[in-house]
Amino acid sequence: MEVSFLLNGEAVQVSAHPTVTLLDWLREGRGLTGTKEGCNEGDCGACTVVVQDLDGVRAVNACILFLPQLDGKAIRTVEGIGTDGLHPVQEAMIAHHGSQCGFCTPGFIASMVAGHANGRRDHDTVLAGNLCRCTGYAPIIRAAQAAEGAKVPAWIARDAAWLATAAKATHAPHNSDELAALYAAKPDALLIAGATDIGLWVTKQLRAFDEVIFLNQCADLAEVQISEDDIRLGAMVSMARVHQVMAQYHPSYAEMIRRYGSEQVRNAATIGGNIANGSPIGDNPPALIALGARLHLRKGASRREIALEDFFLDYGRQDRAEGEFVEAVTLPKNAPDLRCYKLSKRFDQDISAVCGAFNVTIENGVVQDARVAFGGMAGTPKLAHATMAALQGQPWNMATVEAACAALTQDFTPLSDMRASAAYRMAAAQGMMRRYYAERQGTPTSVLEVAP
Amino acid sequence: MSVHNPMASMAHDSARLHVTGAARYVDDVPTPQGCLHLAFALSPVARGVIRKMDLSAMRAAPGVVAVLSAADLPFANDVSPSVHDEPLLATDRVHYMGQPVALVVADSHLAARKAARLLQIEIDAEPPIFSIEDAIAADSCFEDGPRVWAKGDAQSVLDQAPRRLQGAITMGGQEHFYLEGQAALALPQEGGDMVIHSSTQHPTEIQHKVADALGLPMHGVRVECRRMGGGFGGKESQGNALAVACAVAARLTGRACKMRYDRDDDMIITGKRHDFRIAYDVGFDDQGQIAAVRFTQITRGGWAQDLTAPVADRAMLHADNAYLLPHAEITSLRLRTNMQSATAFRGFGGPQGVLGIERVMDHIAHDLGLDPALVRRRNYYAAPTQPARAGLANTTPYGMEVRDFLLHEMTDQLLSDCAYAARRAEITAWNETSPILKRGIAFSPVKFGISFTLTHLNQAGALVHVYQDGSIMMNHGGTEMGQGLFQKLAQVAASRFGVGVDQVKITATDTAKVPNTSATAASSGSDLNGMAVLAACDAIRSRMAAFLGQGAEVRFADGRVLWGAQNISFAEAVAACYQARVGLSATGFYKTPDLSWDRAAGQGRPFFYFAHGAAVSEVVIDTLTGENRILRADILHDVGASLNPALDRGQVEGGYVQGAGWLTTEELIWDHQGRLRTHAPSTYKIPACSDRPPVFNVALVDGQNPESTIYRSKAVGELPFMLDISFSGALGRDCGLWGGLSHWTRFATPERILAAIAGVRS
Repeated sequence: MEVSFLLNGEAVQVSAHPTVTLLDWLREGRGLTGTKEGCNEGDCGACTVVVQDLDGVRAVNACILFLPQLDGKAIRTVEGIGTDGLHPVQEAMIAHHGSQCGFCTPGFIASMVAGHANGRRDHDTVLAGNLCRCTGYAPIIRAAQAAEGAKVPAWIARDAAWLATAAKATHAPHNSDELAALYAAKPDALLIAGATDIGLWVTKQLRAFDEVIFLNQCADLAEVQISEDDIRLGAMVSMARVHQVMAQYHPSYAEMIRRYGSEQVRNAATIGGNIANGSPIGDNPPALIALGARLHLRKGASRREIALEDFFLDYGRQDRAEGEFVEAVTLPKNAPDLRCYKLSKRFDQDISAVCGAFNVTIENGVVQDARVAFGGMAGTPKLAHATMAALQGQPWNMATVEAACAALTQDFTPLSDMRASAAYRMAAAQGMMRRYYAERQGTPTSVLEVAP
Repeated sequence: MSVHNPMASMAHDSARLHVTGAARYVDDVPTPQGCLHLAFALSPVARGVIRKMDLSAMRAAPGVVAVLSAADLPFANDVSPSVHDEPLLATDRVHYMGQPVALVVADSHLAARKAARLLQIEIDAEPPIFSIEDAIAADSCFEDGPRVWAKGDAQSVLDQAPRRLQGAITMGGQEHFYLEGQAALALPQEGGDMVIHSSTQHPTEIQHKVADALGLPMHGVRVECRRMGGGFGGKESQGNALAVACAVAARLTGRACKMRYDRDDDMIITGKRHDFRIAYDVGFDDQGQIAAVRFTQITRGGWAQDLTAPVADRAMLHADNAYLLPHAEITSLRLRTNMQSATAFRGFGGPQGVLGIERVMDHIAHDLGLDPALVRRRNYYAAPTQPARAGLANTTPYGMEVRDFLLHEMTDQLLSDCAYAARRAEITAWNETSPILKRGIAFSPVKFGISFTLTHLNQAGALVHVYQDGSIMMNHGGTEMGQGLFQKLAQVAASRFGVGVDQVKITATDTAKVPNTSATAASSGSDLNGMAVLAACDAIRSRMAAFLGQGAEVRFADGRVLWGAQNISFAEAVAACYQARVGLSATGFYKTPDLSWDRAAGQGRPFFYFAHGAAVSEVVIDTLTGENRILRADILHDVGASLNPALDRGQVEGGYVQGAGWLTTEELIWDHQGRLRTHAPSTYKIPACSDRPPVFNVALVDGQNPESTIYRSKAVGELPFMLDISFSGALGRDCGLWGGLSHWTRFATPERILAAIAGVRS
């Protein structure tokens, strides 16, 4: 595939196999060894680079990013960050002793550069996707704080100017109509959105794909439409964008997304990918199902709409026909009672053992409507029907909550794996039910909200 | 403070290279054209006899140049650092799932990895040994059986003690998760010699193992390591396999060969921290003072001995931690199991031994209803100015007199500085009002012995050249893994010559420059190599002074050399010495004095001195899900007279967080077939940025090492790892988990915490 982009200020054209990763190409093809391979699965951030397009500057993991995803964008590796003199975050990392072994440092620098360019102050979130084993992070945060407000380097504007100039030739499909036609003609092709999962099929499972369709040029699939009652998210809306939208309308869902993957992962991952993937532990589906979201599917010219929960048929099996793709998801704009709880061994950037979403409407002390959904409790993300029945029409009190907890055992028979035992998954799901009640009673329930 | 003052908090020498991506690691070294890439094919079975291995599919795979099995190795098939029980490639048997059985040599890293998965192997599987119970039942252990060291008569004192408790604690292993995976590069030389670039804490051992594998004397192999992307003990012995594989393949093909483990392979193949079960039987009085204690420490060493013996020894040597034990008996059992071979990891058994006695302290405090901090202080060793309690000798269970015990005043200062008592009261009140969330606070001290317990390893060498322009090259046997050793030693060299650090060139560790080095381990890097650098510098300085001063006193300061009325620049002095044919190159050698250790008897002075640390941690837990986090840590640390306070502080902060990972989220899980299920950062969770304590106060004691160490500093590498033990104490008492914690696994994952809560409620 022919791909063109700006690399450290230099326009490059590359002809490469579509699933060559940016990291391998940088290190092996260009001799740019500053960007490191730490895990090759997007979990450590050592390979982080800065990508700029018309939407702005952001950090992404180069190890699970395929070259065609960069078509028309501007990339800065650690080697290109200090071209106008050391970047303020580089200066600060030296001054505050933010590097020890130094291997994670280029990735940290890239994340910090992107955070700095965007005026971010929430450094723990900005850097959640960068692992450091030496420093305990304290000096890195001191460095990030010290660089706050420092002048943004000139290269950001120079790269932006390049982006704004003459139209770049980019690969097809360029919109959902082209995609529909292409996919109908090649239903065996692999659709690649953010590649935060498919990337691992290549780097870890060592699978080879010859027929692929990259969706990143389909601008219309990346649209967010907000109407009077609904929010419609195109399949290619990034999780970073979903986070922004939810922060406004569904803050509990947004807080869950803040802990979903990492900054780098959310910048690449898409809402459509997370749904279409069908994972039982994807974090969006429980929240969306509790919200009563509708899924929009398209095959060729024909479209259909289903309740999201109906999309997930069984483990690894979804209601998606050959040549059919996820076009968008629609969710209600108002759901003040929605709470989303993500439980994992580590708070940030960890796959959920259990993800619970509760949306219970109470009027005059009685449950009017209850939608409760879980991830990690079954082979698919699922509504907790018995639990919902135990809540529906009942007085909103501890006895009802305990009845709902008991009903959870009818809804789910979870599995044991390396993330949690079956017994713990059930106990934690019941704990979430009780937490939901306590939280709505005004009792503090989040360890993340306790100040030392 | 002048630039060459060794106390200066200068930046890491590579800081600028780190932040610009210019710092080179093994995989970044430019390779000659035609460099080949290696990958291991791994055993799919944990234990059994290899019946048949078919390598034809691997050999036919695209890009493959050669595939080797054990029979193809020309000389020694041995990468063990100890007792030669660790073949590079399995011979007739496999001992764990993930053991290398064949070696692929291919034209790319990816081609090698792909081919390695085409292994066809038939193994007659045998029942694997995983658990402590299975290993004991099968009498599967290292060495001859349990090792027992004793002081006094623990059993009879226990039988007469006014109070007595028994219990046990199980603690897990830990993956190093150095960010740079294992890597090596072999460059064939003329005449069959070999140059190796290795990410290793132990270049001499790499040299030794490669020489044996190539049938060469050690002088035929040169090993270089500029820096590692983290080590933590995981690159003390675990790099041998890659270096030997590269060397063998380079000899076979005549081409450069490189091997780096993919992260999953790294975690599946290499060893981890030893897990332990420690059972105790303690007798004490109503004040909480211990009269006698018996420990049984059982560890799983995995399939090969590796460093299990010294690790388990160090756990025994730290069974006392900071406490005077009048009578003690420590039994240690080192089990052989069909898992990755457990290996060195920061603390090297020390943290495990310390956790055992800290658990005892918590148990006694709980039993007596006393403040656990108070019980700890009542059991402390005596300070140098105090008599030991009740006329006891101030000696460890292994008979070493404790002469430099600092924890009394450190504890006073820390508890006062962090307002421990007031915060305890506030937390107790807060917990009354909070039905779901509970907070806890706890204190723990650490005393850590500094020296290799294998006495002959306590030696080091250095090589210093002064060039005729006055620039200085410094080399020594230590390796740089991020700890700032090179920077500290450059500061030492600069201070000896009275010049700026920028005049000292730091160079890669190189077995051709300094031979017969010990691993950079046991926190000893700056202690040993610092003195060797000092000796080398002083040898040159003495020659210069003798020539220049002709008997007058000569000073080297501020870039000048001064004697009598003379005052010339260092460069001028060097030029004059060169003209006068004064030798401007010297080696330095150091061996730690006053060590004596009888390992069989468990008696002697294995350590040159002790370093100390103290910490208070505050935590919060959610009783509905078990979620928890550290809210605050306050640390006071004894580094003697610090060579570089900024770098030392970095070790303390990093060690605490790494230790917190061990006790919280870092859970290793094997399935019933012996497959490691947590073999990537997606499933194995080291602390992330937000897991560090949001309030994190670190202070260094302003002191001096009473022993004559380099500028009276103390070692710092490992001890901070043990400071987080205060974290688990905090969970126990204030959070109300004590009852549920009896005999628990010290992993404060949400799941374990919730189980402990359930235990309390039942």
